[in-house]
Amino acid sequence: MEQIPRNSGFALPSAYLSSTTSSFADFLRAEAPDLLPSKRSAGMGTSGGDLDAPHGTTIVAATFNGGVLIAGDRRATSGNLIATRDMDKVYVTDAYSAVGIAGTAGIALELVRLYTVELAHYEKIEGVSLSLDGKSNKLATMVRGNLDAAMAGLAVVPLFVGYDIEASDPKRAGRIVSFDVTGGRYEENAGFHAIGSGSVFAKSAMKKLYDPDADQDAAVRAAIESLYDAADDDTATGGPDVARKIYPSVVTITAEHGAVQLPTEETSTIAEAVVADRAAQQDWRG
Amino acid sequence: MSMPLYASPEQLMRERSELARKGIARGRSVVVLKYRGGVLFVAENPSPTLHKVSEIYDRIGFAAVGRYSEFESLRRGGIRHVDLQGYQYDRRDVSARALANVYAQTLSTIFTEQLKPFEVEICVAQVGANADEDELYRLTYDGSIVDEPQFVVMGGQTDAINTKLKDTFADGMELADAVRVAAEAFRPSTSGSGSGGNGNSASSSAQEGEPSKLEVAVLERERPGRKFRRITGAALDALLPARTEAADSSDSGSEGDEKSDG
Repeated sequence: MEQIPRNSGFALPSAYLSSTTSSFADFLRAEAPDLLPSKRSAGMGTSGGDLDAPHGTTIVAATFNGGVLIAGDRRATSGNLIATRDMDKVYVTDAYSAVGIAGTAGIALELVRLYTVELAHYEKIEGVSLSLDGKSNKLATMVRGNLDAAMAGLAVVPLFVGYDIEASDPKRAGRIVSFDVTGGRYEENAGFHAIGSGSVFAKSAMKKLYDPDADQDAAVRAAIESLYDAADDDTATGGPDVARKIYPSVVTITAEHGAVQLPTEETSTIAEAVVADRAAQQDWRG
Repeated sequence: MSMPLYASPEQLMRERSELARKGIARGRSVVVLKYRGGVLFVAENPSPTLHKVSEIYDRIGFAAVGRYSEFESLRRGGIRHVDLQGYQYDRRDVSARALANVYAQTLSTIFTEQLKPFEVEICVAQVGANADEDELYRLTYDGSIVDEPQFVVMGGQTDAINTKLKDTFADGMELADAVRVAAEAFRPSTSGSGSGGNGNSASSSAQEGEPSKLEVAVLERERPGRKFRRITGAALDALLPARTEAADSSDSGSEGDEKSDG
C-alpha cells in the first residue's frame, strides 16, 4: 500500500480528495484494506476455534428515567484461565452512544475502535452526527463484516446503547440495541438487556430489579447488582474485586451530560454497598 | 498545421498565481487568532451550513477561504488522512505540523501539475497543552507554508484587517476580547486607520453597514477530548454585545466619525 501517505512527505492522493463516501470504514476498504478487521479472517480457515483467544464476558444495559446505562464486568477469560482482570469492555463511542462488547476480545476491541473513529469521522465530514438508528445500523454492518471470523469461532457480539436526542419524550429517549453474529439488529423494547456468558443470570436479576422510572443512581445500582449475580453463577464473569480495587465499569448517557464513564470512586461505593448487603443477607440466614 | 502553443514556465506560474490570487481576493475573509484559552476562528460567512471553519482532529482545526468545492475537498482529504494516522498509531500521534506538510505537498502538486490551481488559502491550527504550544500554519494556493506567531488573516481585504489586527491584537486575550477584536477587524475600515485610500473606498462599498454574519469556532485548551467547539446562537450573541449598537451608529453616522476601535 505504498500510495498511502504514512508520513508528512506525501501529497494526498486524489481518492482522499473525492467526495464519494463519508464513511471511514468504506474509505479504509478502498485505500487501506489491510487495516480493516474483517479482511484478516480470510486466512484463518476454520482453525480459529482451537485458539484460546481471550473472551469478554457479561454486559448489561438498562434504560432509566431520562437516560440509559451500560455496565460490564472486567474479566476476560481464555479457556479456564483468567486472561485479564481489569479489562474495560464498555466504551463511549460518541457524545450520545456507548458500546459494550462480548466475545473474542481482540477483534471486539478493534471493532469498537474502528466504530468510534467511524462515528467521529462521519460527524466531522458531514458536520452533523448520525441519527441513533444510523449509528446502530452501521454497527450491525460492521458485525456482519466479521461473519467469516465468527464462523471460525471468533465471534464478536456488541451491545449498543444510545440516547436519542430527537426523541419526542426525553424521559424515554434511552435506547438499547442488541446484535447477533450475522449482523441482525434487535431493538430491546423491554428496557434492559444483557449479553455474554453470564447474561442469563444478569438478565434474570435485571428482570426483578428493573424499574423504568428509576433515577440514574437506582439504575446503576440495579445493573451492578445484576452483574454481581452473573459473577455469582458464571465463572467467566468477574465480581467486584475489593482487594485489587477492580469494580464494574459503567457508562451512563443522559441529555444533560451525554455519555460519561462513571469514575471508579462512584462505582466502587455502589459495588461495595452491594457486597455489604449480600453479606448482611448471609448473616441473617445464619 | 498549427504551432503548439508555447508559454515559458515563468509565465505559466505567473498566470496561475494571478488566477488563484484573484479568486481568493473576491471572497470574504477569515481570521484565526490565538487567545489565552486556545485558538479562535472567526469567518465572515452568510451561510449557516456551508462552513469555512471545521474540526479536523482532537486538537486540530481548519479554516479556509476561496472556492468552496476546492477547500471542501482538501478538508475531507485532511480528515481522512488524520483519522487514518490516528487509527493506525494513536490519537496523540496526529499533529498539525504533519498535516500542514501534507497540505503543502498537495497544494504544490496541484499548482504545478494541474491546468487550474486551487483558488484557496487555508489555515491549520492546533491547540497545545499551554499557550506556547499553540500552532498556526497558513498555506497558500501554491503550497507555501508559513508558521504564524499570533494570527492569520485570509481572503479579501486582508491588508485592512491585518493593519487593524496589528494594532488591536494582544497576547493572552480572553475569549470575549478576542472575538471582539476579530469582529472589529472585519468592520469596514475608517479613514483614520491609515490603510491605502483606494482599498478603503472599495471595502466600504463592499461591506456597507452591518458586518456580515460571523461563523465563530474555538479550539479550547481546557475542553476534554475533542477541543473544537462552534459558538452559535445565543452564546455568540453574548460574545458580541456591541453588535446592534455598532450597526446603529454606522447607519446613522458617517463612517469617518466612527472611532470605536481606537
